[in-house]
Amino acid sequence: MSDIQTAAAVRDLVRTPLYDLHRALGACMTGFAGYTMPVQYPSGIVGEHLFTRTRAGLFDVSHMGQAILSGPNAARRLETLVPGDIAALAPGRMRYTQLLDGHGHILDDLMVTRLDDEAGRERLFLVVNAAPKRADFAHLAAELPDCALTVLEDRALLALQGPRAAEVLRRHVLPAAAKSVSAMPFMAAGSYAREGIFLDISRSGYTGEDGFEISLPAAAAPGFAQELLDEADVRPIGLGARDSLRLEAGLCLYGHDIDRTTGPVEAGLSWSISKRRCEEGGFLGYEQVKRAIEYGPSRLRVGFLVDGKVPAREGAEIVTLEGETIGRITSGGFAPSLGRPVAMGYVDTAHAAPGAQVCPIVRGKPLAAKIVPIPFVPHHYFRGDR
Amino acid sequence: MTTRYTKSHEYVRVEGGTGVVGITDYAQSQLGDVVFVELPPVGERLSKGAEAATVESVKAASEVNAPVSGEVVEVNSALADSPGLVNEDPSGKGWFLKIKLTDATELDSLMDEDSYRAFLKAVS
Repeated sequence: MSDIQTAAAVRDLVRTPLYDLHRALGACMTGFAGYTMPVQYPSGIVGEHLFTRTRAGLFDVSHMGQAILSGPNAARRLETLVPGDIAALAPGRMRYTQLLDGHGHILDDLMVTRLDDEAGRERLFLVVNAAPKRADFAHLAAELPDCALTVLEDRALLALQGPRAAEVLRRHVLPAAAKSVSAMPFMAAGSYAREGIFLDISRSGYTGEDGFEISLPAAAAPGFAQELLDEADVRPIGLGARDSLRLEAGLCLYGHDIDRTTGPVEAGLSWSISKRRCEEGGFLGYEQVKRAIEYGPSRLRVGFLVDGKVPAREGAEIVTLEGETIGRITSGGFAPSLGRPVAMGYVDTAHAAPGAQVCPIVRGKPLAAKIVPIPFVPHHYFRGDR
Repeated sequence: MTTRYTKSHEYVRVEGGTGVVGITDYAQSQLGDVVFVELPPVGERLSKGAEAATVESVKAASEVNAPVSGEVVEVNSALADSPGLVNEDPSGKGWFLKIKLTDATELDSLMDEDSYRAFLKAVS
């Protein structure tokens, strides 16, 4: 048990605006991407996970990078660095995409929200991952010198996720905004006034559930978080359950399922590349992405349903029944909603068919597993009242 | 009966030449929900500090090391169906294995309860 992290090791880490609240709530803290973050609260990862799936969980994701990219042509300019269709975004809509390098590999994945134009300048709100955020912002600034990049250092970011999230959140915005918050569909966003501050709310998240991400001034974050936590339907959720929730939802974790050695097509992210972008190109790594789409990638990210109780985790080799190595697990663990281990990883395309029996190697022993379509747990996004 | 602790948060409770080995309450609280425990076969000889078992929590897989050298004489078969016992009752029903000590003087290098408490204060 020598891998238990001591408090001394986390002393030099950066604190989010919610640090004191996490401690008061009894969180077990750990170092993550240079921040001290809650892994779990006293109820534990399984309890937190299941609570989020049935009611609503509140996550502190203030370690993530937030910035506004603006310029006369900011959407088209950002398109030179990502394969996503940014120009087609209407104000108040958002999209998932990836920053690619010249080889078509993924520097980071991010959410891009089109804000209202201001003084003839297009404005895009970007949320990037914590670990690569400085590199991302340097890349954006260097590649898009004609745009202004404003890093929002003094904003916190909260996520409220789960089937009760919408009904809880509508009670905590001004009554005039309650209806529009409830009606906001998945991947829409808006700014809502509340007691002298603005909450930038989007209907998005990283759990597969309906839910919201809320960007707000750091100083207002602890009070607002506490107010949400005072609701019986809301509990604080740590990084542990955030990871198990996103794994069940089949969502990629940067640095694990995707990184500078993987492209968006083999990662199963082609859905995030529009037909126009695919045909027109004009982004870093286009040649490689186009080739992968046309000829098919040599390997593919797939899901694994693992028999038994032993979790197969990141790094585990995947072999066929005949013992041939065909790939590797990039994230895996115990899925609390299913009560069994699941994993994701890359296998050679020839072996990627759903239903195929494969063996993850854990501590030298082969386990039985089956390739399955992801997500493992269906998404419950709110697509709007139709 | 004496109980001794390691710096890596295992305990061994010794009675008449046999030690019951498990992980401490602090260890289980740090690991979180335990979903699987891999135990060694009965009869296996372990040397002090060697890997004796693996605990899989939702978070991660962690090694449990033998606090003392000896032969495994029994393992807790209840953990197969109820790995959560490690969280609920780490020093009781959540024990891992029983080991027949080869050298009782090895216990002298481990911490007693007071020292372990002081050690926990220092690390947490």
